Amino acid sequence: MNKQEALFSYTLRLADNGLILSQRLAAWTGHGPFLEEDLALTNIALDILGQAKSLLEYAGQVEGKGRSEDDLAFLRGEREFYNTQLVEQPNGDYAKTIARQYFVDVFDFHFYTALANSKDETLAGIAAKSIKEITYHVRHSGSWMLRFGGGTEESKQRLQDAVNDLWRYTGEQFEMNEVDALLIKEGIAVDMTAVKAAWDKQVINILNEASITTPLVAVMQTGSRQGKHTEHLGYILAEMQYLPRVIPGAKW
Amino acid sequence: MEEWFDAKLQKNEMIEPKDWMPDNYRKHLIRQISQHAHSEIIGMLPEGNWITRAPSLRAKIVLMAKVQDEGGHGLYLYTAAETLGTSREEVLDALHTGKAKYSSIFNYPTLTWADIGMVGWLVDGAAIMNQVMLQRTSYGPYSRAMVRICKEESFHQRQGYESVCHLAFGTPEQKAMAQDALNRWWWPTLMMFGPTDDKSPNSAQAIKWKIKRESNDQLRQRFVNQTVSQAEYLGLTIPDPDLKWNEERQAYDFGTPNWDEFAAVVAGNGPCNKERLAARVKAHNEGEWVRAAATAYALKKNEVMSAA
Ligand SMILES: [Fe+2]
Ligand SMILES: [Fe+2]
Ligand SMILES: [Fe+2]
Repeated sequence: MNKQEALFSYTLRLADNGLILSQRLAAWTGHGPFLEEDLALTNIALDILGQAKSLLEYAGQVEGKGRSEDDLAFLRGEREFYNTQLVEQPNGDYAKTIARQYFVDVFDFHFYTALANSKDETLAGIAAKSIKEITYHVRHSGSWMLRFGGGTEESKQRLQDAVNDLWRYTGEQFEMNEVDALLIKEGIAVDMTAVKAAWDKQVINILNEASITTPLVAVMQTGSRQGKHTEHLGYILAEMQYLPRVIPGAKW
Repeated sequence: MEEWFDAKLQKNEMIEPKDWMPDNYRKHLIRQISQHAHSEIIGMLPEGNWITRAPSLRAKIVLMAKVQDEGGHGLYLYTAAETLGTSREEVLDALHTGKAKYSSIFNYPTLTWADIGMVGWLVDGAAIMNQVMLQRTSYGPYSRAMVRICKEESFHQRQGYESVCHLAFGTPEQKAMAQDALNRWWWPTLMMFGPTDDKSPNSAQAIKWKIKRESNDQLRQRFVNQTVSQAEYLGLTIPDPDLKWNEERQAYDFGTPNWDEFAAVVAGNGPCNKERLAARVKAHNEGEWVRAAATAYALKKNEVMSAA
C-alpha cells in the first residue's frame, strides 16, 4: 500500500460514516417527536451529509480515476463501504437514535479536532470547517441523553436499552490498521489512542450523570475496516442506490 | 368597534393581535392559518418519501433542505395562529382527529423521482400564486409570516423546475418519467386554487375582509398562463386537449378539472388521505414519551434551581 492508496481508504472511511449516518437520520424527517426537534435533527443530518459530500469529492480526487462523489456514493457495493457498523444500526425509537448519535458526535468532536492539525490540507480544512457544527451536535444529543436519563422512568429505561444494544458497536470507531500506521507517520492521520481516552471519559461521565449503567461488554464487534458489515447495510444501499443503477449514466 | 375595524381595512392597514376584531374574522383566520400550517406539515410527507432514494448527493441535500423549510413554514404559521388565542395542542388535535383540513394536493402519492421535481415546479408554483397575495393579507402576523415563506417558496419552485429540466433534457427514460409525472400532477395542481368562484362562498367574505385579495379563478388563470410556456420550453405536453391561446382574452382557455374527484379527496377518499393522517398521528403518539421526558426533566431542573 502506498500513501495515495492509504489516503483514499482513510478519506472514504470518514465519508462513509457521514453518508450512512445521514441516510439513517433523514428517515426521521417529517416523523420527529415534535416539530422543533424534527427540524433540529434534519439540520444535523444536513450538516453530516454536507461533510460526507466534501470528503467523497476529495476521495475521488485522491484516487485519480475520475470517480465523482456520486459515483462513489451510488455505485459501490456493500463490501466496498468502510463506515462503522454503529452508524448503520436502525433508528429504533428516539432514545436509540439519540444514543447512536451521541456516541458518534463525541467521537467526531475529538477526532475532527485532532484532524484539523493534519498535514493534509484538504482534510484539515474539512475538519476545521466541521468543528463548529459538531460542537452543536454534541450539545444537542448530549442534552437529550440527560433529559432521557433524568426525565421519566420510561425514558430512562428506553435509553438504558439503547445504550445496552449499541455499546458493542462503539469499539470499532477507534480501530487502527496499516492505513492509519502509514498516515500517522506522514502526519496526516489521527492517533486513535488519544481519541479513545477522551471519548471514554466524556461518554462515561454523561452516562453517570444520566444515571445510566455503563454496559460491560466483553467483545466489541468488528469488521468494517475490511468492509464487513451488519446485515443492515445491504438494505440501506439497495434503497439509496437503486435509481442511479436503474438509469445508468443519467444526470440528475 | 366594528366601524373602527372596517375603517382600518378600508385604509389597507394591518390588524394586529391586540386590536379588536369581529369574532367571525378571528375564527376565519384561525381556520385558514392552521389549515395552512397543517398543509406545510403534511406536505413534508410526500416529498420526504424520496429523501432516502434521491439519485444524487446534491439532489438529496436540496430535497432535505426543502422539506425542512416546509416544516419551518409550519412553525411560523402555528405561531401566527397562536396570536389569535389558540394553542398548538388545540390545532394539532383538530388535525389528528380529522376535524381540520389541509391542502388536498398532498393526498396524492409521489410515485417516481420525477414527482419531486413536479411538486416543486407545479405545487410550490401554485402555492406561490396564493401566498404572494397573502403577503398583503389584513392580519399582521399572518402577512409577515407569508413574506418570509414566499422567499423560500420561490426558491423551491426554481429548484423543482431545475430538477424537471434534468429529466426533460436527460435520457429517454428520464423524459418519459417527467411526462408521466406531469400527466398525474397537472389537474390536481389546478384544483389547489379551490372551487370555481360561483361555488366558493367563504372566498367572497374573505375578500371583503381583505384576508384574500384575488378570487380562485383569477389565480388559477394566472397560473395556467405562466406555466404553459415553461412546459413548452421543456418539451413536455400539458394533458389538456382544450388548452389553447385566446387572443381576445389574452389568456389561455383550458378544460374543466374533475370536480368530483376534488370533492372525493376533500371528503377523505383520495389515494393517500388515510396514510398521511396515520403518519402524523403515529409520529405524534410515538413522540409522546419524548415530550413527557423533556417536560419532566425541565421541571426537575427548575426544582433543583429554586432549592439551591
Ligand atoms: Fe411551504
Ligand atoms: Fe409548500
Ligand atoms: Fe415549498
